[in-house]
Amino acid sequence: MIKAVMVMNTQGKTRLAKFYEYLPVEKQQELIRGVFAVLCSRAENVSNFIDAESIFGPDSRLVYKHFATLYFVFVFDSSENELAVLDLIQVFVETLDRCFKNVCELDVVFNYSKVHTILDEMIFGGQVVETSSSEIMKAVEEISKLEAASNAITLIPKSASGWRSR
Amino acid sequence: MSGPSLMDSLFQRSLEDLIKGLRQQLIGEQAFISKSLEEIRKEIKSTDLSTKSTALLKLSYLSNLHFQDMSFAAFPALEVLSSPRFSHKKIAYHAISLSFHDSTPVLLLITNHLRKDLNSTNEFEVSLSLQCLSRIANVDLARDLTPEVFALLSSNKLYVRKRAVAVVLRVFEKYPDSVRVCFKRLVENLENSDPQVLSAVVGVFSELACKDARSYLPLAPEFYKILVDSKNNWISIKVLKIFSKLAPLEPRLAKRVVEPICDLMRDTGAKSLLFECIRTVVTSLSEYESAVRLAVGKVREFLEDEDPNLKYLGLQALRIVAEKHLWAVSENKEVVIKSLSDADPNIKVESLRLVMAMVSEHNVSEISRVLVNYAIKSDPVFCNEILGSILSTCSRNLYEIIVDFDWYVSLLGEMSRIPHCQMGDEIENQLIDIGLRVKDVRPELVRVARDLLIDPALLGNSFLHGVLSAAAWASGEYVEFSRNPLELMEALLQPRTSLLPPPIRAIYIQSAFKVLVFCLHTCFMRGKSIAPSASLDNLPAGVSASASYESFDDFSVENGADAAVVHGQTCASAPITKESIVNILNLVEFALGPLLGSHDVEVQERARNLLGFVDLTKPEILTSSIHGKRDSEGKRVETSKIIKLMHDAFSKELGPVSLSAQGKVSLPDGLVLKENLGDLEMVCGDIEPPSSNSFSFGSPFEEEKDGLSFSNLQIKEDNEQSNESTSLLAAHRKRHGLYYLSSGKSEMISNDYPPANDHMSQGDINDNADDLVKLTAESLIPKRKPKHGKPRPVVVKLDEVDEKPVAMKQPESRDDSLSGAVRDVLFGSEDIPPTSSQSNLSNSSKRKGKEKQHTYPHIESKESAAGDGNSSSRRRKDRSQGKERRRRSPRKNDEERKDADQKEKKKSSGRHKSRQRAEEPLKVPAQTPVIPDFLL
Repeated sequence: MIKAVMVMNTQGKTRLAKFYEYLPVEKQQELIRGVFAVLCSRAENVSNFIDAESIFGPDSRLVYKHFATLYFVFVFDSSENELAVLDLIQVFVETLDRCFKNVCELDVVFNYSKVHTILDEMIFGGQVVETSSSEIMKAVEEISKLEAASNAITLIPKSASGWRSR
Repeated sequence: MSGPSLMDSLFQRSLEDLIKGLRQQLIGEQAFISKSLEEIRKEIKSTDLSTKSTALLKLSYLSNLHFQDMSFAAFPALEVLSSPRFSHKKIAYHAISLSFHDSTPVLLLITNHLRKDLNSTNEFEVSLSLQCLSRIANVDLARDLTPEVFALLSSNKLYVRKRAVAVVLRVFEKYPDSVRVCFKRLVENLENSDPQVLSAVVGVFSELACKDARSYLPLAPEFYKILVDSKNNWISIKVLKIFSKLAPLEPRLAKRVVEPICDLMRDTGAKSLLFECIRTVVTSLSEYESAVRLAVGKVREFLEDEDPNLKYLGLQALRIVAEKHLWAVSENKEVVIKSLSDADPNIKVESLRLVMAMVSEHNVSEISRVLVNYAIKSDPVFCNEILGSILSTCSRNLYEIIVDFDWYVSLLGEMSRIPHCQMGDEIENQLIDIGLRVKDVRPELVRVARDLLIDPALLGNSFLHGVLSAAAWASGEYVEFSRNPLELMEALLQPRTSLLPPPIRAIYIQSAFKVLVFCLHTCFMRGKSIAPSASLDNLPAGVSASASYESFDDFSVENGADAAVVHGQTCASAPITKESIVNILNLVEFALGPLLGSHDVEVQERARNLLGFVDLTKPEILTSSIHGKRDSEGKRVETSKIIKLMHDAFSKELGPVSLSAQGKVSLPDGLVLKENLGDLEMVCGDIEPPSSNSFSFGSPFEEEKDGLSFSNLQIKEDNEQSNESTSLLAAHRKRHGLYYLSSGKSEMISNDYPPANDHMSQGDINDNADDLVKLTAESLIPKRKPKHGKPRPVVVKLDEVDEKPVAMKQPESRDDSLSGAVRDVLFGSEDIPPTSSQSNLSNSSKRKGKEKQHTYPHIESKESAAGDGNSSSRRRKDRSQGKERRRRSPRKNDEERKDADQKEKKKSSGRHKSRQRAEEPLKVPAQTPVIPDFLL
């Protein structure tokens, strides 16, 4: 079971956080800080594992991948395979890349909902339900269409805020 | 202000505006967030669902990424959820999964929303709802929505079905009775051809099997089929996970799966699957030699791989193998040792563990030597990792692998001097533990302790205070082995001891007391006796006189030629002269005088004890040394009596005490232990135990005088009734000793002053890898070491205390009821003769019965809906019969009653399924028919 997914940048700013068991926000922040403290002290080209038991308690493992300015961190227990989860991170990042065309940190920053949607398509309640990035894309597009369609009936166009920023 | 005006909602910031604002940071992030939260609080009260949902989305964002509390939005989230629009629903579901938990007050209001969306025709709405359920389901939600989940388990939309399968995990966990409804369909999905659904089902079973594998043994044939047929790595990995849990339970199954797993290991190209095969073999199939050989061969490929991940995992696998097949490590020892100097900390730690796994009686000293040398050179974290593993390996099972304790004690001393060492507490424990348990090592222990004590530099390192306290204690307790007690005395009273925390300082003072008494005793008893050497008999051979005598010679010269002449004869044979004693007494007064006003009671009390003793003895010694013996013959006798009494009080040896020793003391008649103190805990519950620091005695200066005179008085009184004082002291010491021993550790542990954060200087860290490999390569060769010259000394063991009480892990009752439910379903559906067990029927049934009562109609309707009404309703009837009976029976502990109950039950309902608990190995034979023969 996957316990948590986090994305943070190299400065330690959280870009995405998903915990599959309820945790109070303070605890979430503490955990993310704990992970970042370890992450930022690690050299490049070392293994992608961190001892997670000191942060997340017994039976927890952690793998991460470092892409450009972002760390992608997955925390899970003994019923997942470490290398498979590493592959899963790869799928997640590939999907983001397909979705945003050369994904960069800014895309993740500005597309909060969409990134969550993508992740939710892959991991459901801590279990991996989809590992094909094209299937994920398909579903995400469908969902976006559905959202757009349901918003189209809006009487007051939501672009109102757009005027002001101009 | 109730809600936002129209203008507010017109010009509402979108999430994007919020993010942009946050990034611009015109007013600082925190200020901007609180401003936005204020806006959101207004907007979320809006009646317009679009405004409300945007506010909710922004709030979710702030909660998720900026850790703001969003519990106030629980109800608005439900309002947004009721919107017919998909986009609103999505926002609401997202917010709910972020913020709802079991004690969210509005949780129950969500049931109908979820139900509505679960029944929706739009698969994405169903998915959102399922996702939410998988996150927030509690007992009530799980119970109420079981029918919907059950229906979705056979949905013809795969997208929905695999999510329904996944949500079952949470539903089962929260509401075990749902197993009776859903389990059959879940199992049916095991035969689904779609890899997505199959992957989800297998994933669910692997999670379930983690908690209680035995219940799923009957499904082994299905899993076996998947293992053989699957082409999907994800599924194979999960099935392997299941088999690694099942195989140890059923040897025939293990025999059956070992071949397919080996095939998979040979054929697969995917590293993840390969690793899973290896792991399964080494953890669960380790008695199959050929499979293990194959796995170890694959591990070697991992170890030689460039990828640090594979190397790390390879080492991990090797560590699992090492438990049963140490040859696997020896075969790969070169790689392992090289990895000690890898750049990757994970790999280093892992290889360290492997190296420690190779440690045996014969090579422990070489390996430790090499590792300690390596620790000196490595970075602080890894250094302590090394030291920690040496300590734990050597102390394992009462120092099982240590033959030469002298060596080990000096190694401990050496380890504590390593600059980065932070293992002070552990070293402290071991020093004392060894001192107590191993008699033969005490002279060496005292020598090591002395070396530690006389080094003033060590006192500044707070990590070492524990070690120093152990050293001080050992040198006081075993002072008779000391070569030079006077030197010890000086070390214990050196000015830098003021750097010690009070509890340790108190130990120093107490040890100084012991040493002083020993010195006086030696000196006086010798002076009294005609043949000086006779009194030295109790000193061990090898106590050198001359070396230490030199240093004190000066003092005697200073004190006057007379004295030197008078005592010259006795001095020649022992280091302790009257002059040196006088010096020491002066030193005590000088060093401890200021402590009489110490704010720490422990320090103060001990300083007073010692000074009182000095006051008592000093005049006699002074007069006797100046005027010769004749004048004060009478007083001298008295003084030496006191000294003798004190010495006797201290010379009683402390031995290890069993943890259960107290229990062996029979309760004296008339001693009431429980009655009146039963509710004391309640009374004391809120009273903070006073910390020793909180005692203060007003102005220290004033107190000093009073205290001094008081203690003088006290001691003069005692002088007359020295018997009483000695017995008091002995009693105190006894108490002190017991306290110390009861935990098998030292009283010094009680001081838990957090170590000061002194940054240790970054020493030069040169990883001389080659050096290390060379060194270790030699010592790791499992050559037979020549037998040690001396036999292993006796290590005192206590019958019970050293075997750690094995705490039987009680499974959670929920798991228990879950597995019970699963067994009911499985054994029922496969028509297996019931296996009998009464283990905890009665205690689990009560709660279950309660749950069942109000959910009854539900199950009934569902089971008939499932279409197997006949068998299941019969089952249900059986259950309810059993339940009634169980309810009739009294609580557990009534063995006979239960036995009878059991028999009656068997008679009346042959098909009654009872739960079998996994932790009853005796019942295993009864379990075996569970696996149908076609598998075996």
